[in-house]
Formats: sequence, structure tokens, C-alpha cells
Amino acid sequence: MQSDEVVWQVINHVHCSFKAKMQTQNFCRNEYNVTGLCNRSSCPLANSRYSTIREIDGTLYLYMKSIERSHSPKDLWERVKLPRNYGKALETIDKHLEHWPKFLVHKNKQRLTKMTQYLIRMRKLALKTKRKLVTMPAKEVKREKRREAKALTAAVLDKSIEKELLQRLQSGTYGDIYNFPVKEYEKVLAMEEMEPAGEESEEEEETTENNPMMNQMHLRTRTCNQAVNRGRPPSRSRFLRREVKLILRQLAERKDVPMSRSSMKRSVRCRMRIFDFCNILPTRLCTILY
Amino acid sequence: MGKRMRDDEEDAGEVALRKAGMKLPSNIKNKHKRSAEYAKVRAEKIKEKKQRIKARDTAERQAVELGETPPPRQVPKTIENTREADETVAQPDDEELQVDDGVDEFSGHFARAQMPKLLITTSQECSSPTRKFIKELLTVIPNATFYKRGSYDLKQIVKFAKNRDFTTMFVVNENRKQPNGLLMIALPEGPTAHFKLSSIKLSKKIKGHGKPTSHMPELLLNNFTTRLGHRVGRLFASVFPQDPQFRGRRAVTFHNQRDFIFFRHHRYIFEEKEIKELAPVTIGVNSDKKSRKAAPKTVKKNAVVARLQECGPRFTLKLQSLQSGTFDSKYGEYEWVHKPDMDTSRRRFFL
Repeated sequence: MQSDEVVWQVINHVHCSFKAKMQTQNFCRNEYNVTGLCNRSSCPLANSRYSTIREIDGTLYLYMKSIERSHSPKDLWERVKLPRNYGKALETIDKHLEHWPKFLVHKNKQRLTKMTQYLIRMRKLALKTKRKLVTMPAKEVKREKRREAKALTAAVLDKSIEKELLQRLQSGTYGDIYNFPVKEYEKVLAMEEMEPAGEESEEEEETTENNPMMNQMHLRTRTCNQAVNRGRPPSRSRFLRREVKLILRQLAERKDVPMSRSSMKRSVRCRMRIFDFCNILPTRLCTILY
Repeated sequence: MGKRMRDDEEDAGEVALRKAGMKLPSNIKNKHKRSAEYAKVRAEKIKEKKQRIKARDTAERQAVELGETPPPRQVPKTIENTREADETVAQPDDEELQVDDGVDEFSGHFARAQMPKLLITTSQECSSPTRKFIKELLTVIPNATFYKRGSYDLKQIVKFAKNRDFTTMFVVNENRKQPNGLLMIALPEGPTAHFKLSSIKLSKKIKGHGKPTSHMPELLLNNFTTRLGHRVGRLFASVFPQDPQFRGRRAVTFHNQRDFIFFRHHRYIFEEKEIKELAPVTIGVNSDKKSRKAAPKTVKKNAVVARLQECGPRFTLKLQSLQSGTFDSKYGEYEWVHKPDMDTSRRRFFL
């Protein structure tokens, strides 16, 4: 004889392994519970006639239990697959739980609604792009930082950039913007026997192996640059350049002027402004320099 | 008693070794005495080294005076010159490479000399350090625009960018309010490169920084040796226009060292400077001590030097992955992916 009441007394007051006691409420961890709460009417163990809805791999099933099958636990739960259509699923529930207590019918329909809603949300989320969370093991982070610092010191950045720029100057990438006749300037002032001038340039060339193809690219572009006319009459720029060369030579010879760091900066800034031929008029040249 | 038994079993050689071991500085228990012993050992080593160097220098000088070639000096081993041999190092005369360059995704950029257009955006959260960094990037790279990310997917943004004729896209990724990654997508069907971004220093924090002009910068790509490095170098070059204005004296550098790509932005100037160099050793002449002392040791020369003033941001990139085609992390074909296995050897580099 089925003794639901006895079962409930024991479960509720003595011990139930599915009961989860919280501060405000008691929950039921049993998979077949309709509401999830620990109640006399929602306990699947203390009710011989009970039904739930469970989800397996995205499809919903209606599970029903009745007294007639209570002697064989294997066949206790009858399973009915619910249709995907929400309205039709509701009708199916109505059909199967036709003369059942209203509480169970109502709770089952509520559960069906909630489950269909969350399944819809899951399917929508799966279509969106998910952000990938990547772990950064502290060991690796430290290692990378260390290696980067060492690579930076090995790179000797300023020197390598300067070398590359000088290489480009010597290979003629800049055309006739600058007037450093480099080989002529390499005069040894003290010793009688000179080393050949070519050796100096050789030393600068046998430096870091930069990809020559990159340099070729810029060589090709130099010709493009020359072809473009900046819209200024060439004679004026030639005049300016001559003026500037004279002034620079005077600057270099002026040994009375103490070339402190700030004054060197000033002179460089002046020179930079002079080389930017776009904006300077010849009359303003003298006022800029001292 | 145990000690004496051991003594009987050892032979003379082993006894000597054991006794020598007992006299090692590490066996002295007193810290003061131990460190004094170590200091003695170190001083010995330094003395020996000085003697070796002196002997080497005299041997060299003698050989030079006699007119023979001096014995070759030992070259110190660095990580760069003991780098693991890589068969993918691009040779300048490689025909296959030249053919590939003519056909790859960047050939259009190099051939047509059209102004590249850059789109910069961020990951979905964007904080002020990232925004500051992007502001600086906009000053460095000509013809770049920033768009807010919104909630668009990257693939959608790629489509929008293609519609508006952008040639490259940057996505700055953020973690804990600091930019930590850079995704470079070359459009229309260009490769996607993902870099780790680190050591960002904005121009305000750089001492003595300069203000850049709006001239087209010159591009320097140093040390991209392998085929992969060559490809990455071309990717960088496709971001900048092909017609640098040399009068502007603006240089943007991507320097690769041990797979770390250092980005620098400088203004440069060439100057003549008097530099002092060591006097060259002459053969046969002035070999006696008196005249050697009289002769000047340094020599003044007029040389052209380049001086740099740094402007603009400074950061480091490290390639994480290179994927051919536009961004598609699930089904894209990856040309190169960094795996932790690759870090095991300290002498193996991929760029």
C-alpha cells in the first residue's frame, strides 16, 4: 500500500538527501521535481502520481509516474516526447494530464514555458560570436618581459636607425637634397699616411643585415618623388640652398660663440626650419639666425 | 670508525681528490673567511685575464710590425650570431621570392602607389589609455581614421571597411584597461596578423620628444630576415604611403630583434661632425717606443652623422599569428601560429 504521507513525514522531518536548506527557503535537488522547491505537493518521492518536464539535448519530454507502476522502479516513469511547437506542446500536456490535479498541470505548463524560453535564448547566443578568453600564465608573461628587455638592449635602436639612414644617404636615396660630398670630407687631419677613403664607407656598410629589398623599394620611390613638382619655381629653391650653405659654413666657423647644448638645439631647429622650404622667405633667414 | 674503513678502501688518487674537495672555499663554514677566499679566487681570475689580454696585444703588435697578419681575434658569441640556422631565410637574389612579391596581396599597394587608408578601432570595451594610444597612432600614420567599435562583429566591420575602400584595419585589443594586442587586417583579401602589444610609451612621457610634421614618413624595416619576416615587413609597409617626403626628415622604424618588433618614430638630421678615431697602426714606420709615444693616438675626422629626435609613441609588437585571408579565427587558414613549444630554444627566432 502506498504511504505517501508516511514518506513525507520521514523525508521532511528526518532526512532527505535531495533537500537543500537555504536561509529563506528549502530547495529540492531531485531531477524529477517540477518546481524545484521542497514542498509536500512538489516532492516526487512523496507523491505517487506525479509528472515533470525534462530536457534532453534540446528536446522536451513529459515524464509521468503513477501508483500502478510503483512496484517496479525501472518502468516507473513514462516518457512522452513533446512537439517543438509551444502551442502543440501545451495541448499534449493537457491531453496526457487530463484528469490530474490542477496543481501539477499548472506547474508543468509553467515549466514548459520557462524551458522553451531558455532554449530559444541558447540557440540565439550560439549564433553570436563569442569572445575568446585566453590564459596568460604568469611564468610566460615574466619570461616575455625579460626577453623583450634583453632584445631591446641587443637592438641598440638609435645606432642602428642612424646607420641605416646614413647608408641611405650614401647610396643616394635622398638625391640632391643634401650636399654632403661624403668621400671628400673624410680627410685625415693629422696623420701622413691615410687609409683609403673607401674603407670608411665600407665600415658603415658591413653593419646589420637589413633586408636590401626594403631599401630597393625606397630607391624606386625616390625617382617618383623627384618627378613630382612641388609647385615652386626651381630657381628660388636653389638660391635658398646656396644662402643656407653659406650661413651654415659661417656657423661652423664661429668658434667664439660657445656652442652650449641649448644653443646647439637652437641652431638645429633653425636649420630644420630652413630646410623646410615651403614657408621661409629669403628676407627672414637673417633674423632667425641670431 | 666508519671513516677509517673508507680510508682503507680508497686508492691514492681518490684520496687526493677528496682532500682537494675539502679545501674548496664552499666547504668553509665561516662566512667571512669563505667570502675572503672567494675574493682571492676572483682576484686571481682577473689577474690571469689581464695577463692574457696583454700577451695577446703584444703578440698582435709584434706581428703587425713584422709585417705578418696578426692572429685573428676571438669573436664573442652573441645570441644573434649563434642563432639557429633557419632555412627560410630570404635571400636577396631569390627568384621565387621576387615572383611571389609580384603576385601577393601587397603587390597592388607597391605598384600603384595609391594612398593607403587605415581604419582603427578597438575591442568592445575601450578605456582612456587605449584611446590615448590610438590618438597618437593617428598622428603617426597618415590617412588614418578612428571609428568606435559599437557591438559589431569583426567580420561585419571588415565588410563595411571594404565597402568604404579602406586598405588596412587595426583593431586594438584591451585587457584590464591597457592595450595589449593589435590585430592588423589588410583589405581586401589581405592576411590578418595578430600581435601582442607591450611597452607602450606615449610621446608626452618621452624625454625631449619632438612634434612630428605632416610630411609623409620614411619607412625603415630592420632585420626582417626570414620569409615570414619578409611578409610581415611588407604588411607594415602597406600601411604607409609609398611616396615618402624626404625633405620632411621623418622616419618610422620597425626594428625586429629576436622576434620583438620595436616601433619608433623619429625626426632626423644629417650633420657634419668632427669625430676622433683611433690612429691606424702603420706597418714598419715608427716602431720604436719613442716615436710611437710621440705619434698622436687619435685622429680627427670630418664625418657625416645622423642625429635623431624621437617623437610619437614607442611600442613593441610580437607576432602571435598570421592568418591568410581576412579575419576568420575558426575557419581561416593560419600561415603561422605561435605555440609555447617554440619558446624552448633561446636561439631560435622566426622573423
